Amino acid sequence: MKTINFDHFAATKMRPEVKSAMEPFFIEEYGNAQSIHNLGDAPREALDKARVQAASLFNCASNEVIFTSSGSESNNLAIKGAAFARMAQGKHIIVSGIEHFSVLNAVKSLTKLGFEFTALPVDKDGFVNPDDVKNAMRKDTILVSITHASNEIGTIQNIKEISEIVHGFGSGAYMHTDANTSCGFIETDVKELGVDMLSAAPHRFYGPKGAGLFYLKKGTRIMPLIDGGVQEFGRRAGTENVAAIAGAGAACELAKNELNKRREYLLPIQKHIIDTVLSSIDEVYLNGSRTNRLPNNINFVIKYIEGESILMWLNNSGIMVASGSACTSKILKSSHVLTAIGVDAALAQGSLLISLGEDNTMEDARYFTEQLPPIVQKLREMSPLYEEAKSGK
Amino acid sequence: MPVYSEKVMDHFQHPRNVGEITDADGIGELGNPTCGDIMKIYIKVKDDKIEDVKFKTFGCGAAVATSSMVTELVKGKTLEEAEKISNAAVAEALDGLPPVKMHCSNLAADALHLAIEDYKSVKAGKGHIAKVETCDHEHEGLDELEHA
Repeated sequence: MKTINFDHFAATKMRPEVKSAMEPFFIEEYGNAQSIHNLGDAPREALDKARVQAASLFNCASNEVIFTSSGSESNNLAIKGAAFARMAQGKHIIVSGIEHFSVLNAVKSLTKLGFEFTALPVDKDGFVNPDDVKNAMRKDTILVSITHASNEIGTIQNIKEISEIVHGFGSGAYMHTDANTSCGFIETDVKELGVDMLSAAPHRFYGPKGAGLFYLKKGTRIMPLIDGGVQEFGRRAGTENVAAIAGAGAACELAKNELNKRREYLLPIQKHIIDTVLSSIDEVYLNGSRTNRLPNNINFVIKYIEGESILMWLNNSGIMVASGSACTSKILKSSHVLTAIGVDAALAQGSLLISLGEDNTMEDARYFTEQLPPIVQKLREMSPLYEEAKSGK
Repeated sequence: MPVYSEKVMDHFQHPRNVGEITDADGIGELGNPTCGDIMKIYIKVKDDKIEDVKFKTFGCGAAVATSSMVTELVKGKTLEEAEKISNAAVAEALDGLPPVKMHCSNLAADALHLAIEDYKSVKAGKGHIAKVETCDHEHEGLDELEHA
């Protein structure tokens, strides 16, 4: 049976170009990039090249790119790094309620050290209201971190406008955006976005796991989370993962060249799935913005049934998806993002999260839209909630 | 996906005794959609024996499989025997459940016991018992796990 990956937010298949870029650095060019002798030459050149490739994607200078181990590390470096560096100026941080856990849990950890945070609400489509940012700003606000696009509902925030508010307020607060989901699929031009820091995750866009990207605008002060040597301009010590970084650079170059092509390819597939599912199944709802949305994300809630069961049946048909239901989360809580956009906790149990990628075809989309309705029907026939609703109890 | 046993997968994909009994002698309903599981068990009783049993379940793979298994275990059994079947015995009959599923999705025996209680209550002229809304894993929230 064919395996259809509709869960690209979990993993994308590495591109052959990425693998080729990585290969020399496992065995042949195993040197340490910091070595002055000849063994360090090729690894150092690989890091330099990757930095230029990432800088080109972000439209920044190459010395504003820092390599980390993951998107989560980049988010932690932004939040904690800026908080520790600026604690003399203030202790207040603003985030949205729909951030990834690597942002939300980082600010929660900081509260144990005396920092405070405001988690802004979002509207039913998942948008942060820029006026709410303005109203939440305080004299002691040192950092604002708002996700570029939601990893669950795909809603793209107006980061440019929010950045202007943050910088215009005059508290000297930094603006960070978590672009771990958006990067590689929509523009992440840091000058256009107006941000001081940005996180990105190459494994989400056909790069390798084990490398994260962090943009740090020149003059922005952060304290390193890993102290040690001079690697990454002293902002992130530790011997560089040269192979992963070389792969990350190659993935950035591909993303830069293919951004429009990717969008054009994915949009019709996304549209087919959304339109067909909404028209062929009763009481199914699309979460997130219909228009201002990542081209590779779809999030439905299907009433009266539970996500893990849907996921297991789809898996049985060779289709890999994710869900925001309590049962599928390892912490047994339904998605905080769905809760934040006002989806009732019971309804959130029927959540289905699809993330598309370049290996998906229109044929896959058609196969999925054929497979889903009988699964939903089968589970609804088994559901006491459906029975109650139908009998009008 | 949780690592489910072959038996769990079999009962999930081919659930036994799904449906409702329109003239049921007892109905037990347990759970809460917020938690992700609701189980409803119908029994038909004759001569103190469970002559027929059916279920409807909203929930994950483990919830469906435990519901299916409990109906299989008690069909034809006396009420006394059925009352002795525990959630743990149901899980054991399925060759175990992933630890995370042991609490929230392993309530099928409880639902069955409620159906028996309902039958006895009606028989004693006290009417039907109410459905039970439970959410016993609520305490396992993020805050405790994230900095464990």
